[in-house]
Amino acid sequence: MTSCEYQQIDPQALPTPTPAPPPHHGNDRDKREEPKRPRRKWQVFPGKNRFYCDGRIMVARQSGVLPLTLGLIVITSGLFFIFDCPFLVKHLTSCIPVIGGGLFVFVVITLLQTSLTDPGILPRATPDEAADIEKQIDNTGNASYRPPPRTKEVLINQQVVKLKYCFSCKMFRPPRTSHCSLCDNCVERFDHHCPWVGNCVGKRNYRFFYTFIVSLSFLTAFIFGCVTTHLALRAQGGKGLVFALQESPGSAVELVICFFSVWSILGLSGFHTYLVASNLTTNEDIKGSWSGKSGEGVTNPYSHKNIFINCCSVLCAPMPPSLIDRRGFLPTDESVQTAGAGIGLAAKSEINVGTKGLLESAALPALLSTSCPQMKPQTAYTCPDSSPAVNSDPSPQLSTSCGARHTASSQGDTSPPRHTKTRSKKRKLAALNIPNPSFDVPVSPTSPDAGPSSKARGSFTPLH
Amino acid sequence: PATFHNLQELRHSASLANKVFIQRDYSEGTTCRFQTKFPSELESRIERTLFEDTVKTLNNYYAEAEKIGGQSYLEGCLACSTAYLIFLCMETRYEKVLKKIAKYIQEQNEKIYAPRGLLITDPIERGMRVIEISIYEDRGSSDSSSGSSSVSGSTAR
Repeated sequence: MTSCEYQQIDPQALPTPTPAPPPHHGNDRDKREEPKRPRRKWQVFPGKNRFYCDGRIMVARQSGVLPLTLGLIVITSGLFFIFDCPFLVKHLTSCIPVIGGGLFVFVVITLLQTSLTDPGILPRATPDEAADIEKQIDNTGNASYRPPPRTKEVLINQQVVKLKYCFSCKMFRPPRTSHCSLCDNCVERFDHHCPWVGNCVGKRNYRFFYTFIVSLSFLTAFIFGCVTTHLALRAQGGKGLVFALQESPGSAVELVICFFSVWSILGLSGFHTYLVASNLTTNEDIKGSWSGKSGEGVTNPYSHKNIFINCCSVLCAPMPPSLIDRRGFLPTDESVQTAGAGIGLAAKSEINVGTKGLLESAALPALLSTSCPQMKPQTAYTCPDSSPAVNSDPSPQLSTSCGARHTASSQGDTSPPRHTKTRSKKRKLAALNIPNPSFDVPVSPTSPDAGPSSKARGSFTPLH
Repeated sequence: PATFHNLQELRHSASLANKVFIQRDYSEGTTCRFQTKFPSELESRIERTLFEDTVKTLNNYYAEAEKIGGQSYLEGCLACSTAYLIFLCMETRYEKVLKKIAKYIQEQNEKIYAPRGLLITDPIERGMRVIEISIYEDRGSSDSSSGSSSVSGSTAR
């Protein structure tokens, strides 16, 4: 016990960073005063995200095919309201546009919420934390940096779970957290990176995502049903389907889009309903973490063993807060510290702040790997530098099993109507084939909902 | 104010010696819980019971924030029916509890930790990964800066 006198310290005046101090306060405390404007935390965010509205809105670096998703939904619904609703209101009931309108609004809102919400990004460890962890690992005092994957085992509900060390974020990932290589962030309860939505799906936006796909299933099925009814009514009296299509060309487009989408979207909704009921993530399901592949009674330690409680805990749990505090101000001394500590950080922040019009260039590489970017994060899961070696083994069996599932759920349904004439249809067929070769690419194994969702919205023509 | 001016000088006389990180306890799943194991660096600084009380209270707060039950189910359904737009207007239950936690931590710092030369950082500022406890050493300057209410007498232990 030292004999120093410990004087009472006022917590508010000490240099540990406090949330959102007003700018002048920070300057008072720091003797090396920077004349520049205090920066917000989003401006030095190390992940590959883009921020708008001064940090209020965030999207992943690559928007993926979000504009396509939005466009298809808007166009299909627009055609529905223009071509089908007038006829159906006259001949059936005026509830139809009301229901359709309600569903459309619901779908668009939940889609935007899925895309623009922080999925549950974990901020990277501070240098002090990282040093503390390093100290605990390197107990021998050996200063050499050892690259092999570091793991820590914890016991969760009597189940042994291995926590992996994330080299990018310099911390042991909490359980169910995974590092998304596309966004360069660790995301809590990582489900997958969805290119259709242009964002990761994780703890905070999984409920939005689930509501989106379920309401989209309803919308697609509803439009499909209405269009069929419309064409059937028009073709009555011996006039024939061709006549009906000629009278209402928009309906043909809708029919095609809906027919191909509805199976995949329904399949996806069903799959995610299963995941919700068993409290699994797509990530865990694909990797078979809890399926008992290893033999002994490996069960999901997070499941509450009750479907209702599982659903509740996934969809109705209190909304967790965003951990990255985008709009907080950087304390002046910390901003100096971060600028000095990582040139990479500054460079990345320039990229984040400066580039806003990268949709075209970002979309193309995303499209080429569209079916599989959901699984791309898996490659970075263990070690950024050892991904090919680690993942070449599991991927063939994963791709065959997923390919099989893909075939069962969607291709079986869509192969019959392959003989049609429209050009858009042919492009969709070509698109159907594009994902398949990439199933075999070792780097990116597929998932059942990668397949269906990839061909769900059909055309893969790059967004130039 | 006089306190602030005095603390400027205190800052120079109290330097950061070390930081202790209380890690998360995952034995019950992914809910937010921190380990109550007493770190050895704090042995000379604070009583074990005080420390454990603080961590247990924090754990209870987090459990309250993340509790799923009848009320959270209703809130979830209501939010879903408004297409979750309600999250834009309302403060969520979790945020309310976080405010309570922030106040609790500040109070603990003022009453218990600062007199012992320690400072707890709210876990939310560390991504809920750790409770960071900063250990301050007095630089040994025995000249007591001009007295003010915030400077207590020696708490030599």
